[in-house]
Amino acid sequence: MRIVVDLNRCQSYGQCVYFAPTVFRFHGELQEAGLEYDYTPSDDLQTQVRWAAATCPVQAISLEDRETSTKRTTQQTQKDGGS
Amino acid sequence: MSAPHSTSMRGATNGHVVIVGASLAGLRAAETLRQEGFTGHLTLIGDEPHEPYDRPPLSKAVLTGWLAVEHTALPQRRTLEAEWLLGVPAAALDVPNRQVHLANGRRVGFDRLLIATGTRARPWADPEQAALDGVFTLRTRIDAARLRERLVAGPKRVLVIGGGFTGSEVASVCREMGLAVTLTERSATPLAGALGQAAGTFFLVLQRQHGVDLRCDTTVMALEGDSQGKLRRARLSDGDELDVEVAVVALGSLRNTEWLQGAGLAADARGVVCDGACRVFDANAVVTDDFFVAGDVARWPHPLYDGEFLMVEHWGNAVAQAETAAHNMLANSTTRRAHTSLPAFWSNQFGVNIRSVGLPPIADTIMVTQGSVNERRVVAVYGQRGRIVAAVAVNKPRSLPAYQAMIEAHTPFPPELHAADGPAELHLLPAGFPRRGQATHDAGAMPAGAGPSSPAPVPEGEARAWRDPRVPLGAPPLE
Repeated sequence: MRIVVDLNRCQSYGQCVYFAPTVFRFHGELQEAGLEYDYTPSDDLQTQVRWAAATCPVQAISLEDRETSTKRTTQQTQKDGGS
Repeated sequence: MSAPHSTSMRGATNGHVVIVGASLAGLRAAETLRQEGFTGHLTLIGDEPHEPYDRPPLSKAVLTGWLAVEHTALPQRRTLEAEWLLGVPAAALDVPNRQVHLANGRRVGFDRLLIATGTRARPWADPEQAALDGVFTLRTRIDAARLRERLVAGPKRVLVIGGGFTGSEVASVCREMGLAVTLTERSATPLAGALGQAAGTFFLVLQRQHGVDLRCDTTVMALEGDSQGKLRRARLSDGDELDVEVAVVALGSLRNTEWLQGAGLAADARGVVCDGACRVFDANAVVTDDFFVAGDVARWPHPLYDGEFLMVEHWGNAVAQAETAAHNMLANSTTRRAHTSLPAFWSNQFGVNIRSVGLPPIADTIMVTQGSVNERRVVAVYGQRGRIVAAVAVNKPRSLPAYQAMIEAHTPFPPELHAADGPAELHLLPAGFPRRGQATHDAGAMPAGAGPSSPAPVPEGEARAWRDPRVPLGAPPLE
C-alpha cells in the first residue's frame, strides 16, 4: 500500500508510531524531533496503517485510493509472476 | 493530436489536459482534476523514469539508509485514469498550435496545460570539476541512491558545499553515520538565507556540537581530481586544502524553464509568472486562459506581502498551488479562487525538528517568544516594519498554528504575547538576511519584485560576484 503524511500538519502526537512502529518513527531522541515514515508499507501492515491514519489527531496521513491500490497490487503480482 | 481550441472549452470538464512535470505538484493537480469532475483525457509528462515520488526524505531517511529509495513513491489518492509519458523531458512549447514537443520528437496536443516542471540542483560552477567522480548534487532519487552508496563505502572526509537546508541535512546524516564532514558556507552562519544570521547562529552552534567542521564566511575555490578523474582535494578560500573523496554541492536550485524559451509566455530563470489564480502571464503581461503553473517553478503575487511576486520551493506550496491551479482549470469567473496559502516548511537535522511559517527573508528583526535556546525548544517571530511576517519553531511543532493566524492578521511586531513559557525579557535582534540574489543561499521562499517582468533584484555591477559561489564575500551586511 502507499501513504503520504503532510509534515507541515503533523504535530508529533505519535499515535502513528504507537500503532505502526515499523512504518513510522521519530527522527531523534525527542518525540518533537520530526516524523519519518515508509511511503510504501507492506500490505500485511494495512490494518496497523489504517488505524494510524484514523487516529491521527491532525489527520495528516493520506492513503492511496483503494481501487488504484488493488489495481497496482494485481499488476505487481502479474509482473512478479511473469519474470 | 490537439483538439481545436475554442473558448467554449473554458470551465468544461472534458477535453485534453496535459501536465508537464510528474512530481508532487503534477500528481496533486491530477488528483484534484479528477476529484473535481474532470472526465476528459489526462496526460502527465515527466523527465524522470519513475512514477511520482517524494523528495524530502532523500536528504534524510533515504541517505541514512532507514528508507529504501523505492519506498518514497507517492500514493495516488484518487483513481487518475491518466496517460503517463515518463523518462522524456518536454523540449518546447508551441502556444499557437497547443502542443508540447518532447525531447524524443513526439508532439502532444492539449486544450489546457499545467506547467509543473519544478527545479533542478544548481551544478558546481566549473563543469570540469563538477564532472569529477565523487562530486554530487542531491535532487533526484538516483542522486540519493548514488550518494548513499558512496557514503556507505566510508570516505575519509565528506565536503558539503553550502549550508542551506539540503547541505545541513546531508552534514547531519554524515555525522549520524560517523563520517568526518566539512561544511563550507559563504555567509556567517548556516541557514542564513532561509532563516537569517540571528537564527542561523543557533544552527552554527548545533552543527559544531555534533562534530561538523563548519567553516562560515568560506567558499570552495576549486575541486581537484587525480589522473583517473577522481575527486581528491578541495581548495578553500580560507587557504586550507582538504583531502576529500566526496563533495556534495548544495547551492540551491535552478528553475526548469528553458523549454519555455521563445514560447511567448512570461518565463525566465526566476520561474513562470502567473496571477493569483495560477494563470500564466504571456510575455506582454496579459493573463492567459488555458495555461497554468504550480509548484517550485511558479512565481505569483501573494496578497499578504504587498502583492510581491513570490518564488516558493516548499513541499506544502507545491501541494496547495497544484490544488488551486487544478481547481481553476475547471472553474469559471465565479468559482475561480486565489492561491493565498502561507509559505511553510520543515526540516529534521541534528536531532531537531525545524518548522517555519510565513516569509522570513523579508524580515528586519527577530525575537524569541517562547521556550529557550538552551533547551532547544524555542519559537522566534520575525518582524518587518512593525508587523509579524514569519515565525520559526525548533522542537515545538504545536506552537506554529497560532503564529500563522497572527501573520495572516497582520499583527503588530513586536507582539504582546502572554505565553507561559515566554522569556522574562524581550530581546529584539537584527534578523540578518544576506542580500537577495546571492546564489549560494537556499532561501526556499523569496520575494521577486512587484510585477511580471520586474528585473532580478541584484545590483548590476556586483551581479557576477554574487552569483559565482566560488567568490568569497565576507560577512554580508545586515539589512
